[in-house]
Amino acid sequence: MMFLELGSMVFAVSMASAAGLVGCFAVMRRMTLAADAISHVALPGIGIALLFHLQPVVGALAMLLFGTLLIWGIEERTRISTETIVGVVFSVALAIGSLMASGEELIDALFGAPGLLTGWETALGLIGAAAVIIFILKARHSLVVSLVSPDIALTSGINVARLNLLYLLAFALTVALGLRYLGVLLMGSLIIIPAATARRLAKSLNGMLSISVAIAVVSTALGASAGSLFHRDTGPIIITSAGTIFFLSLLKRQPR
Amino acid sequence: MNQSVSSREPANALEVEHLAIRFGTTEIFRDLSFSVPRGSSLAVIGPNGAGKTVLFRALIGSLPYQGSIRWAAGTKLGYVPQKLDIERDLPVTGGDFLSAKAAVVRTQKGAVLTALAGVGLDKAVLNTPVGALSGGQFQRLLVAFALIGSPNVLLLDEPAAGVDAPGQEQLSDLVRDLQAERGMTILLISHDLSVVYRYATNVLCLSRTYNYVGPPKTVLTPEVLSRIYAMPIGFHVHDVP
Repeated sequence: MMFLELGSMVFAVSMASAAGLVGCFAVMRRMTLAADAISHVALPGIGIALLFHLQPVVGALAMLLFGTLLIWGIEERTRISTETIVGVVFSVALAIGSLMASGEELIDALFGAPGLLTGWETALGLIGAAAVIIFILKARHSLVVSLVSPDIALTSGINVARLNLLYLLAFALTVALGLRYLGVLLMGSLIIIPAATARRLAKSLNGMLSISVAIAVVSTALGASAGSLFHRDTGPIIITSAGTIFFLSLLKRQPR
Repeated sequence: MNQSVSSREPANALEVEHLAIRFGTTEIFRDLSFSVPRGSSLAVIGPNGAGKTVLFRALIGSLPYQGSIRWAAGTKLGYVPQKLDIERDLPVTGGDFLSAKAAVVRTQKGAVLTALAGVGLDKAVLNTPVGALSGGQFQRLLVAFALIGSPNVLLLDEPAAGVDAPGQEQLSDLVRDLQAERGMTILLISHDLSVVYRYATNVLCLSRTYNYVGPPKTVLTPEVLSRIYAMPIGFHVHDVP
């Protein structure tokens, strides 16, 4: 029991760190709405998994990967903006998902379910979180250059299309990591809110990455401890904490 | 679309043959052929909408095209795009931006300081968010960015736009030095005909209907310019000091 609790705690911290890192580039690339919507694509996957008595996270991950590839593919082949594509894919996914899941299952999928993770869930989660963290830290230079201008990224020898795909996959994986704790609706927020706050407070890239990770981890820790203390779901407390820090950051005056 | 790198050691850094670009049903240009000898400079001039930036974006492989674009083997491109819109509150400093290039092309960190000094920017820029730089400072930062990784071909899309007069002079001198001392091949889009006249080995005039390539003396004539810009242009050789 102690081991599982410790494992869950380490997993929560890694999941929050991955969310904080991935979120920074979502915020800087101006794809916050798109990013939030991608997370909802998991819902039909959860529905299918429940239908076939599989682990919900397996279905969610499969659907997220499929949705990501679909969005990336349409984006590469057409001139439709990411926001539009994601908007369409998201609405359809949410509609299909709510048809397949129902009642309590749907609520759990949307907002996360309390309770300890099993051993294998923790192990897989840790591997996933480590993959995302390593990818963002290694690719942050390429991501910054392609953020400023895809054309100069190209002449610097960066494969921009491949980088975009890898980033979207890292994003999808991060969403899948948080589904159990936060659910489909709230995980997008743990990715976006700490990064949006960090963007206001930071003056450099490393500053933004560090602040974002710190806010995501603190919010998650607050949510987990307050949740068990007051016997409430952790997800909503995590997001309320992150949101409170964001509103407090508005007190800091922006230059100009 | 046939972008290739030739294996022999050619005299030309770039050969373009029968290049055509269209966006949907709009033809930007067609049957454009020219070559750029190694170590020379080509200035691209023409009215707004003639496709100068589009040509550069095709040359770097960012746009689909028909015809062929051949860069010499071992070509390393440095590209300075036209003015970019950067959000003012982006938490990326000049140092973050230049270090990112150094990391991507796997060169030493010292290259950042060398490039910065080369474009005459103060070290304080390294700690300033890129969105807070003035237009001229940011433009020079883009040139510094392009220089990291020792490119042998530099494409500059109106690098002097938004740069003050001393800064423009400094940029012109820098580009001339890069060509003279490092033997760099330069491709430059410019609206400043006197700069073009003084520094370019060859001039490519782009317009919707006519294209001319040749040395400045034969191309920058009132006749050709009037035809390209579709209005009388009062540029004369004696305008250049």
